[in-house]
Amino acid sequence: MSNRINWKATIFLILGTIFILFPIYLTVIIAFKTPQEMSGNILALPESWGFGNFIEAIEVTNFFNALGNSVFVTVLTVIIVILTHSLVAYAIARNMHKKFYKFLYFYFISAMFIPFPIIMLPLVLQTSSWGMDNLVGLGILNGVMHLAFNVFIYVGYVKTLPVELEEAAIIDGANTFQVFWKIIFPMMKPMHATVAILTALAAWNDFMLPLVILSDSSMYTLPLVQYAFQGQFSTDYNLAFASYLLAMLPMVVLYIFVQKWIIGGVMRGSLK
Amino acid sequence: MKRDHAFLLMVIPAFVLFFIFHTYPALQGVFYSFTNFKGYGNWDFTGFTNYFKVFQDSRALGAYGFTFQFAIVSTILVNIISVLIAMGLNAKIKFRKTLRATYFLPFILSVLIVSYIFQFIFTHMVPDLGQALGIEALSKNILGDQDLAWIGIVIVAVWQSVAFNTLLYLAGLSTVDEQLYEAADIDGAKAWSKFWRITFPLIAPFFTINMVVAMKNFLMAFDQIIALTGGGPGRATESISLLIYRGGFEAGQFAYQSANAVIYFIVIVVISVVQLRILERKEVK
Repeated sequence: MSNRINWKATIFLILGTIFILFPIYLTVIIAFKTPQEMSGNILALPESWGFGNFIEAIEVTNFFNALGNSVFVTVLTVIIVILTHSLVAYAIARNMHKKFYKFLYFYFISAMFIPFPIIMLPLVLQTSSWGMDNLVGLGILNGVMHLAFNVFIYVGYVKTLPVELEEAAIIDGANTFQVFWKIIFPMMKPMHATVAILTALAAWNDFMLPLVILSDSSMYTLPLVQYAFQGQFSTDYNLAFASYLLAMLPMVVLYIFVQKWIIGGVMRGSLK
Repeated sequence: MKRDHAFLLMVIPAFVLFFIFHTYPALQGVFYSFTNFKGYGNWDFTGFTNYFKVFQDSRALGAYGFTFQFAIVSTILVNIISVLIAMGLNAKIKFRKTLRATYFLPFILSVLIVSYIFQFIFTHMVPDLGQALGIEALSKNILGDQDLAWIGIVIVAVWQSVAFNTLLYLAGLSTVDEQLYEAADIDGAKAWSKFWRITFPLIAPFFTINMVVAMKNFLMAFDQIIALTGGGPGRATESISLLIYRGGFEAGQFAYQSANAVIYFIVIVVISVVQLRILERKEVK
């Protein structure tokens, strides 16, 4: 009885994917069409699959520069977050019985409920006067913005790790930093994956923070470039969609190859 | 003793960075909300003047009205659709992995870019299609209509948010013991009562988290709106975040929008706490 395939649910779900895939189908075909083809049936396949729109989009938006900026910020953010947030979470998780660390824990995670606009205006004044209105500054700020959530899931995970191994290492003469680096940090691997995935996706797709922080357009990340070129795009949808597709492509390709890993990582985070 | 020092060293860098780039600007925001600071130049203390002004400002009240309407409708829709999809994906279906990957796809895409794509769908594709088929209701651009533009934003927000919420529900459903259903089947329980008596109580904590997180995210909506309508037509879809951004950076209302941001913060905290209280009481039942 329980091994029978539920065809009703299967068909319902397959039909539902039309809603998900349709906008993506539309993006792909419009990105390949010419402006003349737009007056015909919008949903029809393009007459030829030339890369003209893409080449133009790469030139107009300086795509590889923006791609480099996005990759740089994302990688920097993930490195900062994995190294520092796991360290703080370890110290907090092992000292939760002490008032100071308990306070610190709630102090950090309360930031989840602080809307970004309340800090936005002063933060922009502060970062520009300190010369942090660049990609490195953005990486550091990303680390600060993700601290609350990451500490929350890291602490939850460290609490499930047995302390016996640490105690044995301390008896063998290891200091606290060595214990963290050699024993705890490797044991946190599943959570590193979750944190890295969620942080990377958020940093890669972020729009509001780069919008207010970055002052020089040569530092613009991929989403910001789409915003900056809206004026030009509104007269040429084919160029616009080619640019959108290029901007989304790196993440989509990555997703196709490691989707099982990404979904697993996000689910692990949600069970914490 | 030494170990205590080491732990302290571990938290200091993060604490310092967090204080300088999060707590300090937040405190500054609160401080300036009691002044007439424009973002530059001199300023004076003005007490609660900015706060009184926010409550009399039709633009601000309009932004709160729109944001609440948008957030409440989107939260409810996202949660209903997500539970349905998650239950489907949790059933014994064919192509489970592929379907799961497809439904999760919107989560990895940029909100801004997705909104630009939908903007094209709403302004060009749907009206063209409506005219070709002679359907009056579809023949116009809903984003250009004062009363309907918010629906377009709801559609895009829901399209994208369902992905993550579905995954959370799926995680919740995976914790439900199959044998409970088998026992219910033996008792002859109907699907509807199985859902409300078994599934729902067991995934209630996930329901609570989903409702709170979705509501909070929608209250902070910014990217979708900037890409779809830019707050228009007129100011019909100007969200609170967008208003603070525009007023604060483009209109020299640094202090005034800081007061608005403080009110906004209080509103979000109150809503989240109320939601948690109500939903957690339901969970216990």
